Amino acid sequence: MSSEARQIKLPLTADVIAQLRAGDSVRLSGAIYTARDAAHQRLVSALEAGQQLPIDLDGSVIYYCGPTPAPPERVIGAAGPTTSSRMDTFAPRLYAAGVQATIGKGQRALQVRRACRKHGCLYLIATGGAGALLSRFIMHAKVVGYVDLGPEAIRKLTVAEFPVLVGYDAHGGSIFPGDEDLD
Amino acid sequence: MREIQSSQITKAVAELCQCANYELPEDVVEALRRSREAATSQVARTILDQLLENARLARDERIPYCQDTGLAVVFVELGQDVHLVGGDIYAAIDAGVRQGYEEGYLRPSVLADPLDRATNTGDNTPAIVHLRMVRGDEIKLHLAAKGGGSENMSALWMLTPTDGAEGIVAAIVERIQEAGGKPCPPLILGVAIGGNFEKAALLAKEALLRPLGQPNDERQLAELEQRIIEAVNATGVGPMGLGGGETALAVHLLSHPCHLASLPVALNVQCHAARHQSVTI
Repeated sequence: MSSEARQIKLPLTADVIAQLRAGDSVRLSGAIYTARDAAHQRLVSALEAGQQLPIDLDGSVIYYCGPTPAPPERVIGAAGPTTSSRMDTFAPRLYAAGVQATIGKGQRALQVRRACRKHGCLYLIATGGAGALLSRFIMHAKVVGYVDLGPEAIRKLTVAEFPVLVGYDAHGGSIFPGDEDLD
Repeated sequence: MREIQSSQITKAVAELCQCANYELPEDVVEALRRSREAATSQVARTILDQLLENARLARDERIPYCQDTGLAVVFVELGQDVHLVGGDIYAAIDAGVRQGYEEGYLRPSVLADPLDRATNTGDNTPAIVHLRMVRGDEIKLHLAAKGGGSENMSALWMLTPTDGAEGIVAAIVERIQEAGGKPCPPLILGVAIGGNFEKAALLAKEALLRPLGQPNDERQLAELEQRIIEAVNATGVGPMGLGGGETALAVHLLSHPCHLASLPVALNVQCHAARHQSVTI
């Protein structure tokens, strides 16, 4: 990543979120959770049913990732982002429930950009397919929910200077060329 | 008649699965390097640098190139003078996938029931196997570890025959624009024209096996490949959909005779993690 990347310690604060703009290069340090298709379905069902969740969403960062199994001497295997748009139907609900940022790859539905602006949240982008490289920024990993989902289980990751770009900021801005301004 | 043990197939497939996931083929690395040299935007350069570093790390430290270690797609060219002993070929291939994915710490990404997320088969089986009889007494295996993100952006159109080349280019460009960063560009596009509904889809995948950037032998088809890649790279989608002229590394086209009422066109989208390996037994 470029040298001018901004270092951010998690959890994110409202101040920091407000300062960030789409296209900014950022390095995250702290705790994030992995969750993808199946975990999202369960999290949102549990929210709707008023059941307890395996993780505290308030102030959390969700990484759309299903890593490869960790070999014995390693913390985790390859761990790059999956396509975010598959989580678009769930994301606004999770932002409303306290998620502050999501990390994935690719464009998303307009409703996600609107939800980021409405709730003061971010959509961050990690480089898709750079699974080996991104695994080097993960210091610790532990399954903390939905263990039966295997690679799709929720993992708590401790990351150090994990490189991302701001995809959607909290002001309606987008990194993607061709995205029009929000009304 | 030459005897080949099914266990030889199992062993070969297991090795291919691991090799494919750790070692991005040199032709793909070279294409990424050329893209990096040509890239004009800072963000495109940064991403392509990351991908080259990723390929180096994956190879040197044996970490899979991508966490989506793919569905194992195996093209088998089975010599008609081979006598296979010791079990059926499909079971032998699945045993190889099981061994390769388990021993290589590769991600099991297959659901037994597509509608039930809790039915991961745990060993990435079954493989998708395409078997073709050929002359000779050898077995050639081509393995593709095909990721879901790019596969999801693939498409098949039953165009009107008079749509011609123009219609083909337009359909593909529209699809790539719509897909944006989702399939992890820079991409390799496998395109098939003709055949029928299922033949086109299969040929589009087969087209991806060709060494990168090697044009079709037929001049007209090579020209159409060129026309498609120029149009796709003019979309401005760029690496990861963040802008730039490096949307596709290559377009590989195959053509097949078809019904006079039809113009099937299939597009198989391959991400930059083009993990293909082959072996001959």
